[in-house]
Amino acid sequence: MSISIRSITKTFGAYKALDKVSLEVPEGSLTALLGPSGSGKTTLLRIVAGLEFADEGSGAIHFHGEDVTQVHAGQRGVGFVFQHYALFKHMTVADNIAFGLSVLPRKQRPPSAEIRSRVTELLSLVHLEGLEKRRPDQLSGGQRQRVALARALAIRPKVLLLDEPFGALDAKVRKDLRRWLRRFHDEINLTTLFVTHDQEEALELADQVVVMANSKIEQVGDPQQVYDHPATPFVIRFLGNVNSVRDPRDPESPLYVRPHDMNILFAAEADPATDRVARVHHLFSAGPIARLSLRLEDGQFVDAEISRQQLDELALGVGDPVAVRFQGASRFE
Amino acid sequence: MSHRPVTTESFGVKLLLIGATVLVLVLFLLLPLCAVFAEALRKGADVFFASLRDPVAASAIKLTLLTAGIAVPLNALFGISAAWLVTKFRFPGRTFLVALIDLPFAVSPVVAGLVWMLIFGSKGWFPPSEMAEFFAPLAKVVQSIAHTPGFGWLAGLGDWLERPKIVFDLPGIIIATVFVTFPFVARELIPLMETQGTDEEEAAITLGAKGWKVFLRVTLPNIKWGLLYGVLLCNARAMGEFGAVSVVSGHIRGKTNTLPLHVEVLYNEYQYSAAFACASLLALLALVTLALKDLIERFSGHAGSRGH
Repeated sequence: MSISIRSITKTFGAYKALDKVSLEVPEGSLTALLGPSGSGKTTLLRIVAGLEFADEGSGAIHFHGEDVTQVHAGQRGVGFVFQHYALFKHMTVADNIAFGLSVLPRKQRPPSAEIRSRVTELLSLVHLEGLEKRRPDQLSGGQRQRVALARALAIRPKVLLLDEPFGALDAKVRKDLRRWLRRFHDEINLTTLFVTHDQEEALELADQVVVMANSKIEQVGDPQQVYDHPATPFVIRFLGNVNSVRDPRDPESPLYVRPHDMNILFAAEADPATDRVARVHHLFSAGPIARLSLRLEDGQFVDAEISRQQLDELALGVGDPVAVRFQGASRFE
Repeated sequence: MSHRPVTTESFGVKLLLIGATVLVLVLFLLLPLCAVFAEALRKGADVFFASLRDPVAASAIKLTLLTAGIAVPLNALFGISAAWLVTKFRFPGRTFLVALIDLPFAVSPVVAGLVWMLIFGSKGWFPPSEMAEFFAPLAKVVQSIAHTPGFGWLAGLGDWLERPKIVFDLPGIIIATVFVTFPFVARELIPLMETQGTDEEEAAITLGAKGWKVFLRVTLPNIKWGLLYGVLLCNARAMGEFGAVSVVSGHIRGKTNTLPLHVEVLYNEYQYSAAFACASLLALLALVTLALKDLIERFSGHAGSRGH
C-alpha cells in the first residue's frame, strides 16, 4: 500500500517541526527518513502513524488513495515499531504478539487457537521460535526488537513504520539486524518507512532515501542518487565525509570533494591548471584504507582516502609534498 | 592501617552513627509502641477484650472501617485519574494542578476539617436548611420508592435526603477523610507513571486498542504495585486520622466518633486501660501496614528505587 504525504505542516507551540512536507512512498518500498535530530523525521513518521496530527487544514495523508488524515491511529492499519520497542513488560512474548488480535471486537476476533498459531507463525518468521513464554526483560536487545516487529505484523498492517529501529543496539548487533531487515523486507514486501540518523544505515538498507533537515525535505532519491548527485550542501555534508574547499577563483561558493575522490599524485607530476599542491600533515594507515590529512598551500586542510597500495606506491611520509587532483567536485548555487 | 573503601567510615564513626540512630528509633518509636500494648494489657486480657466489645467502642470501630471503606476506594479512583491526566497529557495549568494535589499535606488537619464546617455548617455556604430545600423533591421520590416492597433499604437514604447533614454526620467525616488522604495514591502514581512514559500506551493504540482497554491491559498492570502501596498508605491514614475528623464530627458518642476520636474520649474520662486497648488496635494497624509495605516492596523488586 503506497503512502502519499501532501503538504504536511506541524507546529508545536512556537516551534515548526514540519514545513509543508510532501512525499510519495511507493508500494512495497523500503524508504528511509534520514536526518539529524530536530529535522522533523520522527514527527513525520508519527503523523503517518496517526500518533500525532498535522496542523488544522495543513495537508493530507493517503494510504493507497484512501484519505486517512483524520483517521485514528488504531484504525489506520499501521504497524509501528518504537525506538525502545515499548514491549508490554508484564506480558509474555506470546501475549505481546497476540495483543493486537486480542483487542479486536468480539465479532472480528479470531478464535484463540488461531491466534496462537499466528503467534507461532510470526515467531518463526522473525527467527525467535520457542520464546513464547519468555518475558521482555529476559530477552536481548535484538530479540526484543524482533518481538516488537512480530507484534506490529500480527495485525496484518498496510504499512510498517520503524522509529530508529537499531538505535538502541550495539554496533555488531546493529549490522547483523540491518542485513536481516533487508532480507526480511524482500520476503514480505510490505511498504516500510523507517527513521534513522545513521546515513550509512539509510544508504545500505533503503530503496529510497529521504534526506531531511530543518523541518523540510532536502532531497529524495535512491541511495546512489543522493550520494553521487547531492542536491544541496547539506545533503553532501550529511552523507559520508566531504571536504569543503575554498576556491580562490570563487570564494563565495566552495567546492565539495569526497575524500575518496581525491587523486594523489607525485608532486612532480602536478598539472598547475587543475592540481593543488599540498603537504602531508597526518597519515593514518591501519586498515584497508589509508587516510591522509593534507595541508594545501593556502593553509586549508583536506582529508583524502587512498588504498594502501597507492600509499605504498607513493611512499609517503609526514611532511612530503604531493599534488592533489579533485575528481568530481560539486558546487551548489 | 587497614584499607577500606574510600566512601565508608571508620569503625568509631560507624558505631556512633548507628548507635545514635538506634537510640532515637528506640526512644521515639519502639518504646511508645511497647507502652501502648503494655498499658492495654495491664489489667489483663479480659478487660482488654471487654473494652473492645463495649457497644460505643464497637460502633467507633465500625465507623472507622466504614469511613476507610468509602474514602480509600474513592481516593484510589481520584488518584489514578489525576495521575493519568497529569502524566499522559500536557495542558495549561498542569503544574498548578500538580501543586494542588499536595495541598492536603501542606494544610493542618484542623484547618482541613474547619473548611468543611465553613462550607456545610449552619452558617456556611450550603447550610442544612438550604440543602433540605434542594433535596426535597429527590427525597420525596426516594421515600416513595422505599415504600414499595423490596426497596425498604432506601428509607435510610430517604431520611438523610429529608434532613441532609454533612457536618456532624457520616458524609462530613467521609469528605474530611477523603480530603486529607487524597494525595497518597496520586503522589505514588505520578512519578511512577512519569518514568514509565507513554510508549506502551501508544503501542497499544497503534495495535487497535481503545482507551479503556489500553488502561486496563497496559497501564494498570504496570502501576499495580505503586497503586497497592498508595492504597495501603491511604488506608493507614484514613483509619488513623484525628484532627480533621475531630473538627467535623461533633463527637456524637456512638454515632460520629471514629476509633481515634473514641480513644481521646476514653482518655479524657480517665478510662486509661480502655483507651489504650483501642489505641493498641490502631498500633496493630500500623504494624500490619508496615508488614504489608515490606511485602509489596519485596514483590515489586523496587525496594531501592522508590523515593521513600
